[in-house]
Amino acid sequence: MDDAAAVARARAGDSEAFRLLVERHSRALFKLAYRMTGNEHDAEDVVQEAFLKAYRNLDRFEERAQVSSWLYRIASNCAFDVLRRRQRRDKPLDSLDALDAPEPQAEAPGPDRMALGGDVRRGLVAALERMSARERAAFVLRHFEGRSVKEIELALGLDTTAVKQSVCRAVRKARQALAPLAGTVS
Amino acid sequence: MSHLSEDELVLLHYHEDAGPDAASHLASCSECAERLRALAETLSRADLPEPPERGDDYGAQVWARLRPELGLAQPASEPAKVLPMRRRVWPRAASFAALAAALVLAFLLGRRFPVDAPPAAAEVRERVLLVAVGEHLERSRLVLVEIANAPAGEALDVSAERAVADELVSSGRLYRQAAVRSGDPALAEVLEELERVFVEVAAGPESLQPADLERLQQRIEARGLLFKVRVVGAQVRERESERLPRPMSQS
Repeated sequence: MDDAAAVARARAGDSEAFRLLVERHSRALFKLAYRMTGNEHDAEDVVQEAFLKAYRNLDRFEERAQVSSWLYRIASNCAFDVLRRRQRRDKPLDSLDALDAPEPQAEAPGPDRMALGGDVRRGLVAALERMSARERAAFVLRHFEGRSVKEIELALGLDTTAVKQSVCRAVRKARQALAPLAGTVS
Repeated sequence: MSHLSEDELVLLHYHEDAGPDAASHLASCSECAERLRALAETLSRADLPEPPERGDDYGAQVWARLRPELGLAQPASEPAKVLPMRRRVWPRAASFAALAAALVLAFLLGRRFPVDAPPAAAEVRERVLLVAVGEHLERSRLVLVEIANAPAGEALDVSAERAVADELVSSGRLYRQAAVRSGDPALAEVLEELERVFVEVAAGPESLQPADLERLQQRIEARGLLFKVRVVGAQVRERESERLPRPMSQS
C-alpha cells in the first residue's frame, strides 16, 4: 500500500493503515527532529507529537501533496515548538517577538555539545545554542536539510522575510563561531 | 551599485532570491565573488554528526507508544472503533477520589504507626499507592493530551473534562500530600503543577473559547508539563516494578 492509499484508509478509520505510515516514516522524522533539537529525548517526543498531530489532522491532508512532505512539515513544526518551549523555559519571555532576540553567550556546554568531537563541531553546536529558536530551526532546515525558504515558511508558519532574516542571522552566528577555527581542519 | 551585503551573499549562497540586482552585481564584481567564495568555504565546514541510529523496529516502537495516545487501546488486529479519549477515560472517574483518600489514609497511617505493620505489609501498601499514583498520572496525561492537541482557533467543549479535572484535583491533592510526607519533592511538584491546570479547567466554563484554550495550551507547553508527567510516570512505574515480589528461586 503506498502512502497516499494509507492516508485515505486511515481517514476512513483504518488504524492499521496509519500504523504503516508510522512504521515507514519514524526513522526519517527522528533524524530531522534530532538535527533540529540536538537532543535525543526531545527528538523522540517530537516524533510522537508529530504523528499524534498527523492523525488528528488527517482530514487536512491535501491529496495532491506528498505524504512524506506533509509529515516532514508537521515534525519540523513540532521541533520548532520544542525549541521555543526550551527558550521560554531557559529564559522566560512574554512576547513571541522577543524570541527573536539574540541569545547571550551559552554559559555551559549542553549534553549534545559534550558528545561531539572536534573543535569545528563544538564551535558550531555552541553557535546553535546561541541562536534563537527561529534562527536555529530555519538554519537547520536550510543548511542541513536543504529546504528552500518557501518550504521553511510552510513548515514553521513564518513569512518569507522572517525566514530569510532568521537564516541570515543564524549564518552570521555560525560564521562567528567557525571563523576562528579556519585552518584547523583538513 | 554598492557591494553586496552579507545577507545578500548568504541568500545567493543558498540559491535564494537576494533581490533584482544582486546576481548581476555578483557576475561583474570580483570582490563580492571572492566574499561569496569565502562564505561558501566557511559554511562547507559547518556540519553535525549523524543522529543516533534507530533500528529497523523503531517505527514499531513508536507505534506501540502512540497507540494508547490515539485511543487505540485494543490490539490493531481487532476491528475496534476509535473512541474519543474522553469516553475511554471518563466513566472510571467517579470512584477515584474516594479510592485515593482511602489509599493515602492507609499509607499515612502505616507510616505514622509502623510498629504495628510488618515490613512486608508496608511494602505492599506503598506498592498499592504507587499503582494508584501511576494511574492518576496516566489519567492526567490523557486530559493534558486532549487539551494540548485541540485544534487552535476553535472553541473546545470541556464539559466532560471539567468533571474529570475536578476529580483529579481532589485525588491529586491527597497524592501530593503523601508525596511530600514521604520525601518525594519531584513528584509533589509535578502533582502541584497538574493541580493548578486542573483547577483552572474545573472552575472554567463548559466551552473554552479559543483565547482561553490557547492560554491553557501555552501554559502546558511552557512548563513542559506533558513531558514531566511522562518522566515522573515512568519513574513511578519503575519504583512500582522494583517493589513487585520476586519469584522464588528454582534451585
